[in-house]
Amino acid sequence: MSRHTLSVLVENVPGVLSRVSGLFSRRSFNIESLAVGPTEHPEISRMTIVVSVEEQPLEQVTKQLNKLINVIKIVELEQDSSVQRELLLVKVRADASVRSQVLETVQLFRAKVVDASPEALTIEATGDTDKLDALLRMLEPYGVREMVQSGMVAIGRGARSITATAVR
Amino acid sequence: MTSANTRQNPAPAASPGQRPKPAPPNGAPVRTTGAQSLVRSLEAVGCEVVFGIPGGTILPTYDPLLDSTKVRHVLVRHEQAAGHAATGYAQATGKTGVCMATSGPGATNLVTALADAHMDSVPIVAITGQQTTGLIGTDAFQEADICGITLPVTKHNFLVTDPAEIPRTIAEAFYIASSGRPGPVVVDIPKDVQQLNTSFAWPPEQRLPGYRPVGKPHGKQVREAARLMTSARRPVLYVGGGVLKANASEELTKLAERTGIPVVTTLMARGVFPDSHPSHLGMPGMHGTVSAVAAMQRSDLLIALGTRFDDRVTGQLSSFAPEAKVVHADIDPAEISKNRVADVPIVGDCKEVLSELLDAVDTAEREHGAADLGEWWTQLDDWRNRFPLGYDWPADGTLSPEYVIQRIGELAGPEAVYTAGVGQHQMWAAQFIGYQRPRSWLNSGGLGTMGYAVPAAMGAKAGTPDRQVWAIDGDGCFQMTNQELATCAIERLPIKVAVINNGNLGMVRQWQNLFYAERYSHSDLGTHNHRIPDFSLLAEALGGVGMRCEAASDVDGVVERAMEIDDRPVVIDFVVGKDAQVWPMVAAGTGNDEIMAARGIRPLFDDDEG
Repeated sequence: MSRHTLSVLVENVPGVLSRVSGLFSRRSFNIESLAVGPTEHPEISRMTIVVSVEEQPLEQVTKQLNKLINVIKIVELEQDSSVQRELLLVKVRADASVRSQVLETVQLFRAKVVDASPEALTIEATGDTDKLDALLRMLEPYGVREMVQSGMVAIGRGARSITATAVR
Repeated sequence: MTSANTRQNPAPAASPGQRPKPAPPNGAPVRTTGAQSLVRSLEAVGCEVVFGIPGGTILPTYDPLLDSTKVRHVLVRHEQAAGHAATGYAQATGKTGVCMATSGPGATNLVTALADAHMDSVPIVAITGQQTTGLIGTDAFQEADICGITLPVTKHNFLVTDPAEIPRTIAEAFYIASSGRPGPVVVDIPKDVQQLNTSFAWPPEQRLPGYRPVGKPHGKQVREAARLMTSARRPVLYVGGGVLKANASEELTKLAERTGIPVVTTLMARGVFPDSHPSHLGMPGMHGTVSAVAAMQRSDLLIALGTRFDDRVTGQLSSFAPEAKVVHADIDPAEISKNRVADVPIVGDCKEVLSELLDAVDTAEREHGAADLGEWWTQLDDWRNRFPLGYDWPADGTLSPEYVIQRIGELAGPEAVYTAGVGQHQMWAAQFIGYQRPRSWLNSGGLGTMGYAVPAAMGAKAGTPDRQVWAIDGDGCFQMTNQELATCAIERLPIKVAVINNGNLGMVRQWQNLFYAERYSHSDLGTHNHRIPDFSLLAEALGGVGMRCEAASDVDGVVERAMEIDDRPVVIDFVVGKDAQVWPMVAAGTGNDEIMAARGIRPLFDDDEG
């Protein structure tokens, strides 16, 4: 199984998220991550969906997605030719004895501290899955009290726009 | 919209599958309520008949519906029947069927019919009332999230929150339902949206940026298909319901005759190619003819047209047509290579695909010469002659169900419309009635909905009043939807119902006989042992004519008598033997090579052994 990142342009109408997520579950496709947000066009939203499937089922996924009336366009973003990012917020136990070591790790990953208390630090980091996994591995020994992670968002490199041709 | 003329009728109806034609400049807005706008929209889109039941949240719409001279409303007895009637109407006429229900239970009762139409790609539009917008989400009386519920079983659905959107939504719903791969669409309209003041103008602008059905196939793929067709030695045209929906019967016949390639028609395609045609091998699949199943298994090229390699056709997929290359043409790209990988995928409407294939075959033959199918036909004729469809008379002297169905087909003829429920009687009706024209055979293929026959026949009769409409039903199926005989009696929809009454859930019994050591767990309905219900009396109670037939010598007589009655529905209770079985059969989960022509006779398997 390989990971594929799909950028899906959808009409910005109620219910479109449940149409997409419902399709995945009833066709037994697994979503690794899903993120939705606005685009530069108010009538269009953009979903970034990461799926783990073989080539043949991937074709089925995109064909079935394309059948949804509210889905306007689907583009697969390759890892090399796109920028892919996730956001991580993690609350780490960091009393005075280890605080400086934690801060060193934060710097190493070009993350930042967004909240601090005597016992814990809250760290914000963005990056691809591998980087965030590495950061978490480094922080785990200190004690992760709580964490939250966004789905992946991705955009193609270069000047071309996938939304340009979708709006008429 | 600049015209000052505000009192003219809406534009004439659009034909199915097309966007509404631009209206003459009479589309100026007219002040209406949402409900009036809805009824006008239905008139404008060409809706002739609505099957439905009123209730609280759809009442505002029923009020102007009373005044419509263009839309006939048929008051059914259960919403499921409204859905199946819309489906039967659509399948018999090729137009989009319409059903209507109130919110909550009215809407949820439509779900089976929507799922049924979804699986069989039938264009229907269901209009449902919904609780007032302010109450949505509060578990209000008769509130159900019908858009959420029907999401997996519809092509699309709409919740209308602004009355100004009604004409556009109706136009889009009909366009989506009837174009591309057809399917059901739900339009859910809250009660207050029906009551609010708005304006009606037609035609509305449609906004469907994500919906672009493909019509024209890719020329290169068609040429490649034609090249394979002219060079294959054992080709088969594997024809499904998509050819029927594309109204491509004529093109198919031309191509079959032009190339001499044998044709098999799936359960959904029966009638699209005449059963009497010498190139027709019959139906493939679990209960297909030996020649149709064998032809596909031994084929070196399947030309699959508007069909989806359903498990009931392929049997065990891994051993299906092992030597065949596959040309697969379908209007739905997602069907291509879904179950069986296509060597030549063609996305397009089957009518266009077939007419382009005709030209491409001419060109290919000029370049490569024509294929010689002589040897192939020798083999096919051998199978056909050795294993024709047939049946034995029950040893206990009871009436043969196959005989009854065959005689109905012969007496009512190819111009009649036949519907069926689901089970043994459905398979026999698919096998033993000779279909000669498209849209003469309506059944629930994909979902396998017991109870489909009577309401579908009712819908077909409303759409084609000049045709005889026969529901071939089982005693199990008939007890699921027979309440609609009352509708048929009152609404003057004189359908004919042949209840093939074997006293049991026949197909269940057959499987219990074959695979569950003859342990008949809860499949005896008591319709023989106790004569409960008495179908003949039941028919009379519901305003129809009831008859009973228990002997072969009486079959023609009762059928002929039924054909003479044209003012009320007729039910004939054919009391038949309970042990008749549907043959041939490929047992579920096994490969098609193991097809049994009859119990213990496996022509292909035994051939290989020898």
